[in-house]
Amino acid sequence: MASSFELVCPAGGLPALKTAVDHGADCVYTGFRDETNARNFTGLNFDDKSLKEGIAYAHQRGVKVLIALNTFPQSGNWPQWTAAVDKAAAFGVDAIILADAGLMEYAHRTHPQLRLHLSVQGSATNYEAINFYRERFNIQRAVLPRVLSMAQVEHVVKNTPVEIEVFGFGGLCVMVEGRCALSGYATGMSPNSYGACSPGKVVRYEETPTGMETRLNGILVDRFAKDERAGYPTLCKGRFEVDDATYYAIEEPASLNTLELLPDLLRIGIRAIKIEGRQRSPAYVGQVTKVWRAAMDAVKRDPDHFTIHPVWMTELNKISEGQSATLGAYNRPWK
Amino acid sequence: MSLPFKLPQQLPDFTLPAPLAKLGDRLPQLPPTLALVTGLNLGLGRLIPREPLEPLIGKRFLIRVTDAGMSMRFAYGARGFRPVFDSAPPDLTISARARDFIALLAREEDPDTLFFNRRLLMQGDTDLGLLVKNTLDGVDLPRFDPSRLTLSELLHRLRARLATSPGAV
Repeated sequence: MASSFELVCPAGGLPALKTAVDHGADCVYTGFRDETNARNFTGLNFDDKSLKEGIAYAHQRGVKVLIALNTFPQSGNWPQWTAAVDKAAAFGVDAIILADAGLMEYAHRTHPQLRLHLSVQGSATNYEAINFYRERFNIQRAVLPRVLSMAQVEHVVKNTPVEIEVFGFGGLCVMVEGRCALSGYATGMSPNSYGACSPGKVVRYEETPTGMETRLNGILVDRFAKDERAGYPTLCKGRFEVDDATYYAIEEPASLNTLELLPDLLRIGIRAIKIEGRQRSPAYVGQVTKVWRAAMDAVKRDPDHFTIHPVWMTELNKISEGQSATLGAYNRPWK
Repeated sequence: MSLPFKLPQQLPDFTLPAPLAKLGDRLPQLPPTLALVTGLNLGLGRLIPREPLEPLIGKRFLIRVTDAGMSMRFAYGARGFRPVFDSAPPDLTISARARDFIALLAREEDPDTLFFNRRLLMQGDTDLGLLVKNTLDGVDLPRFDPSRLTLSELLHRLRARLATSPGAV
């Protein structure tokens, strides 16, 4: 059983990184300003100057900086991804988060001292896959896809020496990470190779007499009535007409919130809790980091008597996507 | 961006009285537009980097403060922001209440949160909106530090500025 776990917070820019550090993150994860990471949104992410300053700021305060290089290079653009690995190593980041096995091989061979994390985009849901990556590329940590029940997560932890990181909070999607083709189907651009799901250049919002319409590359994804909560413009969270009924044909927008599972996550030996949202602003990062720091400190102090402060839930519900917060796949009592 | 004064811990939720929106709608829009573009131009090249904003050149914007009846039309060019007076359709329209614009500027609210809650609407070229939002989110502002506002500190900074001002931009 681990006696401690790390809080891993998102940063889409230098102010968000500093906010995460100031509010109690143990690690901050970031990305370069290109398609080598899965949050390649216009204007987001770090240029060299801000990354250098961010790493210095974090390291001075004992906080680690991770770089996500978690998209899949293609044969024509391979050098761009290896250059990104080299750059991350040169910057002195604490780890890089990879999804592509070829890139892992490159990183392991070229920078044997560089710590490698397996991204959620690598979609490894069982300990055999994780142990394979450990054996071949010496990965030190794996981020589990959000599809496993608590019992399955525990089974993975028990059967691998690799540190296991799980998502604690943030927007959910269909969770076919690294394999989802929905955005690619509608727009020709997917998080796997382009680095963004539903990129801004193909998204349009329009207020109409019947509500706010969201279109993705011309496809009507949803129409929100006045005062109805909106979600991100992704196909998986759209409402579609199927057999004369209009509903969330794939899934309802929802946000993961696992605060109540913290004692169990600590007990089964989870080493890190990840907060989703590099596309969000410093305000979000500050709000969510503050709550999770307080909750994780409370559970570490006294795991047997951990209770959720109502203010934590109010704060987190305010910033969540969708109508509901959920435990996601963790909560499958029948498993 | 942060404001040059300290806001309360949490900005209270308020909507300006409804008559104000009707009144504001009939008032000239130039003064608030001028104030906005002047503020933006002051920050350009200092707080707000010019280089990432290059895709905005030639684009037209409309900021609608819904509860104040304010519609500020402006454009961005090589020389900065300027008000526009014609009614050509904007490339990007951002609408919200005064309270939410202030909270965004103070970095107290996250734009996605306001969007989920239907308090912020972005119409037109969404990518331009993302560029603006992410560029502003990436601006690393100096922290507000009251100790820097003491008389001796202000005089010291003034002297330092005067000493280096010739030719400085």
